[in-house]
Amino acid sequence: MGEALEVKGAERYKSGVMKYSKMGYWQPDYEPKETDLICCFRITPQTGVDPIEAAAAVAGESSTATWTVVWTDRLTACELYRAKAYRVDPVPNTGEGTDRDAEYFSYIAYDLDLFEADSIANMTASIIGNVFGFKPLKALRLEDMRIPVAYMKTFQGPATGVVVERERLDKFGRPLLGATVKPKLGLSGRNYGRVVYEALKGGLDFTKDDENINSQPFMHWRDRFLYSMEAVNRASAMTGEIKGTYLNITAATMEEMYKRAEFARELGSVIVMIDLVIGYTAIQSMAKWARDNDMILHLHRAGHSTYTRQKTHGVAFRVIAKWMRMAGVDHIHAGTVVGKLEGDPHAIRGIYDTCLSTHQEMRLENGIFFDQPWASLNKMMPVASGGIHAGQMHQLLTYLGDDVVLQFGGGTIGHPQGIEAGAIANRVALECMVLARNEGRDIWNEGPRILQDAAKNCTPLQGALDVWKDVSFNYESTDTPDFVPQVTASA
Amino acid sequence: MSIRITQGQFSFLPELTDEQIKRQLKYAIDNDWAVNVEYTDDPHPRNTYWEMWGLPMFDLRDPAGILLEINECRKAFPEHYVRISAFDSTRGVESLKMSFIVNRPGEEPGFRLQRTEVAGRQMRYSLHAYAADKPSGERY
Repeated sequence: MGEALEVKGAERYKSGVMKYSKMGYWQPDYEPKETDLICCFRITPQTGVDPIEAAAAVAGESSTATWTVVWTDRLTACELYRAKAYRVDPVPNTGEGTDRDAEYFSYIAYDLDLFEADSIANMTASIIGNVFGFKPLKALRLEDMRIPVAYMKTFQGPATGVVVERERLDKFGRPLLGATVKPKLGLSGRNYGRVVYEALKGGLDFTKDDENINSQPFMHWRDRFLYSMEAVNRASAMTGEIKGTYLNITAATMEEMYKRAEFARELGSVIVMIDLVIGYTAIQSMAKWARDNDMILHLHRAGHSTYTRQKTHGVAFRVIAKWMRMAGVDHIHAGTVVGKLEGDPHAIRGIYDTCLSTHQEMRLENGIFFDQPWASLNKMMPVASGGIHAGQMHQLLTYLGDDVVLQFGGGTIGHPQGIEAGAIANRVALECMVLARNEGRDIWNEGPRILQDAAKNCTPLQGALDVWKDVSFNYESTDTPDFVPQVTASA
Repeated sequence: MSIRITQGQFSFLPELTDEQIKRQLKYAIDNDWAVNVEYTDDPHPRNTYWEMWGLPMFDLRDPAGILLEINECRKAFPEHYVRISAFDSTRGVESLKMSFIVNRPGEEPGFRLQRTEVAGRQMRYSLHAYAADKPSGERY
């Protein structure tokens, strides 16, 4: 929608205030270049603000503009550096006749030279820097982003990647199994290690520190690391399998994080963990450390729901997932569909594709607005965690596939016969479902029967099925994709 | 005390029958993966390179034919571990998509966990298969 409005020549640089659309930030005829970074924003303009002016303002405020005309623009190749809003589409089922304000998907292209190579911090300082607090907008959301190959290639990407992670762990052809140690706070190091040992010996591949377990009075970090690694090695000896525990190295300073990471390496851990709240730069630093030290890097997305969940404002999680794959983490929590946390099946598919694709296709119904070539960056393992249990195995395998870590925290530790029994139940449920799927059975419909049959030879599985049989979380998702089925995305 | 090594996709299930194995082989073939038969008497989890029972079967498209090879291998090495893997040559994978054990020794003595105390409370761990004390071929 919309005509070109740009003012050119001397008039353009007359001192004073001028509409962003007139300053050149609205270019309806612009054809994005192969090397442009493209964003799709969902814009909710304030009442009375024209959507095209709003889109142009977003382009301006996330690139070169300020509130007034400045002559110093003329000392630069300013036409190149200006981001260009080139397309605005109304969001279906918003605006007049609905109970929502009018919203618009606006497409904005940024020249490659606006960004520093290999820097999530620099890229995001532009794209989500000032603009989200801009007054003429009621709300603003970054829905998706196309990173050009040229820029993608400057990033390291996952330190290890799905393929090498599986080779290192010697685990193929099935989802990996994990559990977060519970209670998340309060256990001593010695008791904590007990949970790790029982869960790993029972059949899980990984256990995990929770996001807020760092170094507190009840358990200082070195105690946790020492007891957990005793547990990991004992479990390996009992099963002949490689086992791991995500040692959370999140701390107040980089110096402290490196110290904890190095201790984890000295103890022989295969994996360490960080929280999203440490920030993009710290994440990139740890990813480089992980690549240099043969370490898998797990990321817990602590804090993300403060800006990913509401569909009119913030940053869609699929974009955060994209940034984290570029930044170089190996694991990312990405939703379960069936568990206790937010997750529409289509939105989750979009996130999983972002983690695992080599060339990602535009899928509007999944919230993916652009084709995304991944430029040979490694694949990142999605992690499904939060309110899932063995009785849902057929649904989890159908929705999430093989390349995922299924994390049953309560669903392991809360088992009535103990932690080891909980782990056995999960592993047996998983293996019988993979076997059945490979045999060509319709696990979506036959799943409950397949689990019941496997439970005949496995008391722990029967126990799990009995205790959690009626647990499900059927709430409507907040973040569902809205899309215009007939549109085609710009390259 | 005997343990059960739980490497592979299906070690927590009852031993697969030949019919069940054939259905898994069919799944691999239908996906265009190359099936490989390997055996070993060193079950250390970081023993990556098991002995190959011939080359990966890139061109054999018949589950019954592959099962014959498996049974030949089992006959030659009845007290070894035998595993089946399926290799996917797709760009971006170029690695295994399946791996499961189809033969194992009657007795699995398991592993000793070797602890070496070092500075502070730190420990260096190493895993040692009891069976590996004997020379290869005489272990099980």
